[in-house]
Amino acid sequence: MKFLKLIRRNTTRHFLRTSLTILGLAIAVMAFVIIRTSIDAWYSGARASSPNRLVVTNKISLVFSLPIAYKEKIAKIKGITGITYAQWFGGIYVDAKNFFPQFAVDKDTYFDLYPEFLIPPQQKEAFMKERNAVIVGRKLADRFGWSVGDPIRLTGSVFPGQWDFVIRGIYTGAKETTDEATWFMRYDYLDERMKKETPQRAGQVGSFILRIDDPSKAAEISKKVDNLFKNSLAETKTQTEEAFQLSFVSMAGSIVEGLRIISILVIGIILLVLANTMAMTARERISEYAVMKTLGFRSIHILGLIFGESVFIAAVGGVCGIIITYPIKILVGTALSNFFPMFKVDILTVILGLGASLLVGLLAAIFPALKAIKTPIVDGLRIIE
Amino acid sequence: MSEVFVQLQSIYKSYWRDSLEIPVLYNINLNIAEGEFLALMGPSGSGKTTLLNLIAGIDKPSQGEVIVNGQHIDGLSENALARWRSQNIGFIFQFYNLMPVLNAFENVELPLLLTKMNKKERRQHVETALSIVGLSDRMKHYPNQLSGGQEQRVAIARAIVTDPNLILADEPTGDLDKQSEEEIMNLLSRLNGEFNKTIIMVTHDPRAAEKAHIIRHLDKGELYD
Ligand SMILES: Nc1ncnc2c1ncn2[C@@H]1O[C@H](COP(=O)(O)OP(=O)(O)O)[C@@H](O)[C@H]1O
Ligand SMILES: [Mg+2]
Repeated sequence: MKFLKLIRRNTTRHFLRTSLTILGLAIAVMAFVIIRTSIDAWYSGARASSPNRLVVTNKISLVFSLPIAYKEKIAKIKGITGITYAQWFGGIYVDAKNFFPQFAVDKDTYFDLYPEFLIPPQQKEAFMKERNAVIVGRKLADRFGWSVGDPIRLTGSVFPGQWDFVIRGIYTGAKETTDEATWFMRYDYLDERMKKETPQRAGQVGSFILRIDDPSKAAEISKKVDNLFKNSLAETKTQTEEAFQLSFVSMAGSIVEGLRIISILVIGIILLVLANTMAMTARERISEYAVMKTLGFRSIHILGLIFGESVFIAAVGGVCGIIITYPIKILVGTALSNFFPMFKVDILTVILGLGASLLVGLLAAIFPALKAIKTPIVDGLRIIE
Repeated sequence: MSEVFVQLQSIYKSYWRDSLEIPVLYNINLNIAEGEFLALMGPSGSGKTTLLNLIAGIDKPSQGEVIVNGQHIDGLSENALARWRSQNIGFIFQFYNLMPVLNAFENVELPLLLTKMNKKERRQHVETALSIVGLSDRMKHYPNQLSGGQEQRVAIARAIVTDPNLILADEPTGDLDKQSEEEIMNLLSRLNGEFNKTIIMVTHDPRAAEKAHIIRHLDKGELYD
């Protein structure tokens, strides 16, 4: 393209102004990508869920539990090929700030239902043998520098007292979306102590997890489960794992919605920044465009120059924004790692961020370009700079 | 020499400002032969630039016809006019109007970007044009590294690089010192005499007008001998 040189020279003409505009664009694109990534992070649990799993919880609220005795009754329902259960433990490791999710699970069945947690066979065996054995996720182990064999003490909050454990396994996720920051201890270890200390709290679980062979029957089976316990002391609520995970997102609904709005506002702001730069630029060059038109350049050429410059600045800003996103993402991801199992910049988000900046480049040029081609040559020439 | 090259017939031109009509040119009739060198003189605001712009096809008459080289240019569309200008007109401005981001070579090359010429052909044309104006040694200089006279010579090179038949100059020496003025006028004389360009030049300055074959005067929008 013969005109690229002119576009490039024009771009660097006001070096400071262009640099500041690019910096603004870059920061905004980075903010956009980071915000969209945190929205994705909220949904990571839902995305990691399996269509073959149902979750049964207390109908009133998650904080209420269900009798473990339900297990036998539920298991009899046709279409259910596996059942396990889990209880939220909620212990504190050294300091309450060190939060991470802890579940007491059935050692025999839990990992059968969650094949995405990959555990080396010997470690799994060790877990089966020892009551106070735990298996932790790779990321969680990294976070605290734990390795297999380390003794760990937690202070119970939901279940009071000092609890001593030994790390016997470290699992990794089969998929990228698999959470690697959870602590799994044995339910029998918890229940045994409950029986001794507070018998009324023994034999209670937070949720049952069911495996079904046909995801299309999920609604039907859920209904059957809930009907079983209708009018009992602890009524159940059965839903797909995805719906269960999404209910966490909707608990944070207004936060997520707010983030979404901010991400769009950020794009709006870069549009204003670039539109302002382009308007200043095109206004200064009205007489140059008039000279070019006198030489025989047509509207299409002038449009090319203005849109070219705008899109060029936007593209550079967008690419710089993506580049600075990665170090920022690591900082944010680390800061929020207790909160989100996964904080990963999706390639689609990157494309969306770049696409948004290109769109902004086009939009920002519209009015300056129209003004430039609509100004009559003689008016443009009468402006003496 | 006698062939009519530029023909203005019963031109009337007015501008509109806030629904107020400002008449600028009245009943202009002018014939300019091919190879002619005409100087257009007149006080400020008399309509000289407007008249030149009509001939250049960058403005349109309110009434009347502009015929250049047999072509009725007042009827052409914007794009057709732009093409026509790029092939037929070389325009020289009072304030040179070079692109500040382009060096002398690139400024002269600019009109050639609209042609089908390849890089090598463009280079040849630009070098020829710059040598005619005597600036072969300033090709890499940017406008702000040149004197006013040099800038105007670059602008003249830009005006002749496409080899147009008609050169229009609006007070080409109006912003220059005596010596530069002399250089520019000699250059225009040469373009007329040696290269047979038809030249219409607007000027304030009687000394500049001396180089022309014909002098016409414009006063309050009317043309006099
Ligand atoms: N684009 C325009 N809009 C309004 N008025 C104009 C325009 N161009 C010229 N004029 C007016 O027309 C008159 C003649 O202008 P111009 O042709 O530039 O004169 P000159 O070149 O002889 O000084 C002036 O009064 C000027 O204000
Ligand atoms: Mg004038």
